[in-house]
Amino acid sequence: MSATSTQTRPGRTTDPAPRGPVARPGSRLLHRMVWLRLSLLLSAPLAWMLLVYVVALAALLITSLWSVDSLSSEIDRSWTLDNFRTLLENEVYRKVALRTVGVAAAVTVIDVAIALPIAFYMAKVASPRVRRMLVVAVLTPLWASYLVKVFAWRIVLSEGGLAEWTGIGSPGYGLTAVVITQAYIWLPYVILPIYAALERVPDSLLEAAGDLGAPTGMVLRSIVLPLLVPGIVAGAIFSFSLTMGDYITVNIVGGASQMLGNLIFINAGAANNLPLAAAIAMIPIVVMLVLLTAIRRTGALENL
Amino acid sequence: MTLSPLARRVLAGLTFGVLALIYLPLLIVVANSVNPSQSMTWPPRGVTFEWWERAAHSSGVREALVTSLQVAVVATALALLLGTLLALALQRYSFFGKSSVNLLVILPIALPGVVTGIALNNGFKGILGVDLSIWTIVIAHATFCIVTVFNNVQARLRRLGTSLEEASADLGAGVLTTFRLVTLPQLRSALLAGGMLAFALSFDEIIVTTFTAGNGATTLPIWILNNMFRPNQAPVVNVVAVVLIVFSILPVWLAQRLSSDVEAAR
Repeated sequence: MSATSTQTRPGRTTDPAPRGPVARPGSRLLHRMVWLRLSLLLSAPLAWMLLVYVVALAALLITSLWSVDSLSSEIDRSWTLDNFRTLLENEVYRKVALRTVGVAAAVTVIDVAIALPIAFYMAKVASPRVRRMLVVAVLTPLWASYLVKVFAWRIVLSEGGLAEWTGIGSPGYGLTAVVITQAYIWLPYVILPIYAALERVPDSLLEAAGDLGAPTGMVLRSIVLPLLVPGIVAGAIFSFSLTMGDYITVNIVGGASQMLGNLIFINAGAANNLPLAAAIAMIPIVVMLVLLTAIRRTGALENL
Repeated sequence: MTLSPLARRVLAGLTFGVLALIYLPLLIVVANSVNPSQSMTWPPRGVTFEWWERAAHSSGVREALVTSLQVAVVATALALLLGTLLALALQRYSFFGKSSVNLLVILPIALPGVVTGIALNNGFKGILGVDLSIWTIVIAHATFCIVTVFNNVQARLRRLGTSLEEASADLGAGVLTTFRLVTLPQLRSALLAGGMLAFALSFDEIIVTTFTAGNGATTLPIWILNNMFRPNQAPVVNVVAVVLIVFSILPVWLAQRLSSDVEAAR
């Protein structure tokens, strides 16, 4: 019942309806008019996404060009670039933006470094039985509550907590704690796409390379790694974007340090400056858009 | 390519070591829920069920749980409907702007959560002038839950192909009859898996929720966030956390079994 099936068979003039009583007139109409079927399918979800999300994003951009009247604290709807000027000129915003991107990059690098050998073991070394077990074991905490995981790290890193008790020592609450916690939370999101990419690499390819005399390191470097790039990129996008948008973890284990999410939250709520919050939100949007366009060229986006 | 036994052992050790590290913090939360010390210092001295009892009698926890369940149920229902329609449209037809629609569905989870949160917050409060309530949470959750249903159903449709549907049409069944008797039964487990993941996603969501909840509605994650920093409530938060670990793992594990497809879980 593909869209083209009715058109690619010009010889078929029989209407299916006379066959039996099942097809009612409305159904016959639907069968003949592909565009009608398609628009009936698309209209509700598309309207939802456009009305709820696209309009909200566009409104966010517009709001970032407004300002807040300092006397009445009402939103002043005249166009101004003041918010963006504030972001550029005030050193605090530059620092926080750099810190946020830095933390997101660190988390991503750590997660990819840990995920590569684990995904490789799961896909290419472990026996099928162990592999199935490992997939479930990696996937399960993926959906275990986010807040519980951050809370768990707060307990582990707290004064008199497990980290101190074992003698490893706790870094305390701060940026290090944020990086550890975030790397922990998003790790399954990075392992999965890399594992999926590795699973698609045929074993025979690796065996052939080995039989032809390539040392293991060379096989990994020149055959496995290039095939993994889309998976790595997909995982990296997840961990980078998720870290950049987070502010809860920073609140719970970050101590005094702040990230962009905190500034957005404070300005949208307590500081009652929605336009400034909207302008700050443009930073992660722009960073993600730049990232996505840069990656688009590698063709990795199709695998997301 | 041959891996030396040593390399294999190192890889295995690394994998199981990291897995142990992944589960360790979760086990600590479980252990702490019976830790008599209110400040949760380590190691625990003894076992107590006092916190479990207090959690069971906390009306705040119960109300938040009910709110979370209500939000998740409605958001999942909406996501199931919209996600299935989208998957059918994108998987069975080709049309102008198809890749844009595809991108549009992914956008709410590809962009940082704080962006989705502030955009919806601003849309509701600043543009529409709507007060934040349980309904604004539902709308926000449904928006990013659509993608999980969409992914599951689309993957299933791709595997199914169209031959059965074509056979049904050739035998004279109408479009709706074919959908009801041929397509839908084959989609059932994909819908169940997608719905469960959407439910878990909504039940767990905190960042977007803080921006769309207002004062009227408290979901369970918001309750946890509000009480985590209150010293005399922290042990109760611990108990709630344990319950959440169990309840978020069960349906997801089930969904895993049903879809038996790594891609579907994303």
